Amino acid sequence: MALVEVENMWFHYPRARLGAGVEGWTLQDISVQVQAQSTLGIVGESGSGKSTLIRVMCGLLRHQRGVVRFDGRDIAGLSGRDAVDRRQRNQMVFQNPRRSLDPRMTIRRSLSEPVRALLDRSPDDTEMTGWLERVGLGPDVLPRFPHQLSGGQLQRIGIARSLSVNPTILYADEPVSALDVSVQAQVLNLLMDLREQLGLTLVMVSHDLGVVSRMCAEIVVMRHGAVIESGPTEVVLGAPATDYTRALLHAARAASLEREGAEG
Amino acid sequence: MPETAPRGSATNAAAEVRRDSRWRRLRRLPITLYLGGLLVFLFVFVALLSFVWTPYPPNHLNLRNRLAGPGTPGFLLGTDRAGRDVVTELMLGARNSLYVSVVSTVVAMVLGSAIGLAIAGSHRVAQGPLTRLVDAGLALPGILIALVLAAKLGAGNTTATLAIIAWQVPVAARVTIGPARQVLALDFVEAAYGYGRRKPYVMVRHVLPNISPLLIVLGSVMFAAAILIEAALAFLGVGVQPPTSSWGRFLNETQSLLEAAPYLMFFPGLAIVLTALGFNLLGDGLRTVLDPQQARSGLA
Repeated sequence: MALVEVENMWFHYPRARLGAGVEGWTLQDISVQVQAQSTLGIVGESGSGKSTLIRVMCGLLRHQRGVVRFDGRDIAGLSGRDAVDRRQRNQMVFQNPRRSLDPRMTIRRSLSEPVRALLDRSPDDTEMTGWLERVGLGPDVLPRFPHQLSGGQLQRIGIARSLSVNPTILYADEPVSALDVSVQAQVLNLLMDLREQLGLTLVMVSHDLGVVSRMCAEIVVMRHGAVIESGPTEVVLGAPATDYTRALLHAARAASLEREGAEG
Repeated sequence: MPETAPRGSATNAAAEVRRDSRWRRLRRLPITLYLGGLLVFLFVFVALLSFVWTPYPPNHLNLRNRLAGPGTPGFLLGTDRAGRDVVTELMLGARNSLYVSVVSTVVAMVLGSAIGLAIAGSHRVAQGPLTRLVDAGLALPGILIALVLAAKLGAGNTTATLAIIAWQVPVAARVTIGPARQVLALDFVEAAYGYGRRKPYVMVRHVLPNISPLLIVLGSVMFAAAILIEAALAFLGVGVQPPTSSWGRFLNETQSLLEAAPYLMFFPGLAIVLTALGFNLLGDGLRTVLDPQQARSGLA
């Protein structure tokens, strides 16, 4: 049984103008499965619905049609202890750490929020130091505010915050696209290391095919709110079945050649 | 890892740099903040001082020195028609101004921003109509509200205070709604909902701290407005009644003497202008200092 099963799921944002067909729906008839301890990459152009999809899977947005199951249970039907449990096991790392950490809260407070909210206790500094060590930071960041730290440091704190409640599955929404190129690789390596150490399932959204092919065993290609191709990464990227995927690959190669050209 | 935070001696050096830049920031504070702060301090000081000391007791009539000019020995700013010392009257007037503006501003800020937060956090279908309702409240002229209240309750400080509150609650609410909605759209709010926080918690712990600079600035500007309205209402005879002293009523009582003793209108007018100016300058200075962009570059 897959850890997350999305079956014929449809989603639209509030105030969408719904027509008889697919117009107005941000996600249309999505079916995706995520196996426990696997790595899934979701790729597609801007506006293809990839960020919306992981928000629905993570439970931050509620779909209108179809079923999303986590660990075999429909997430729409969960309540009380079960709902809290699901929240705890599904955690998200956001794209821009400057927007995902409250600028008016100290790192100590932001970092302890999930444990306070979900487990109803306040962690002490020793415990939080342990979380920070996992992501390569020292306890000296605890009394600081977000504006006193770098983007790379903040994203590490974002990751530490997600991991503080021992999730089963980690969703990452373009986790490095808001960071300097020089720290992107470090944060990605950190995510990979932590995934292996903790046996996490990782679902990552990215528009960077290079990153996805390095980090993810499986891949889903999205366009206009629908899944147009999915399967093992080497199969999908090695022999694309659709022109769209070929175009994405082509654009990615051109971009990487450009980078090499600029460096050389 | 090169971007890991510095430790040990490097931390001490960083702390020193921070202290140093904090001192430099203090010197870089805008002049409006100092000027406004000084005027506001003087106003509050004089108002509080009037409780323990005034040159003459309240309503003490110096019948032999009626309409004495400024500079008359014993009467620095002269006396009015009844022989009351102008300095004493102004000090007591400051007390009444402070009382009415503190009460009305605090109540209006708390009520208004609570309403604004509630609307910002309300269901999206209700948000439009509720915001228009606040806009309708904004359109009501303050003086009109005061006159209606005075007709109903009679003139007095309570009427003036209620009128100012009724006039300023929509202002505070309207100013709160937009920024609160902006904060609600940020990722840390989504994250908070993600780990199960409820709306009231998000409002109090995330939204309120993030819009607090705005509320502080709004408060100081509303203070200035409250002082002006209190004076205007007292001038119109809707505000505080004799024998309590008020700058606005002092202006009203002395306007018939405009030609014989112009200084009698000059000094209370000056007091009103300087106090309102002080609060406005303070608000302006605070806006510069508390601007998040500026704070970020200043501390980074």
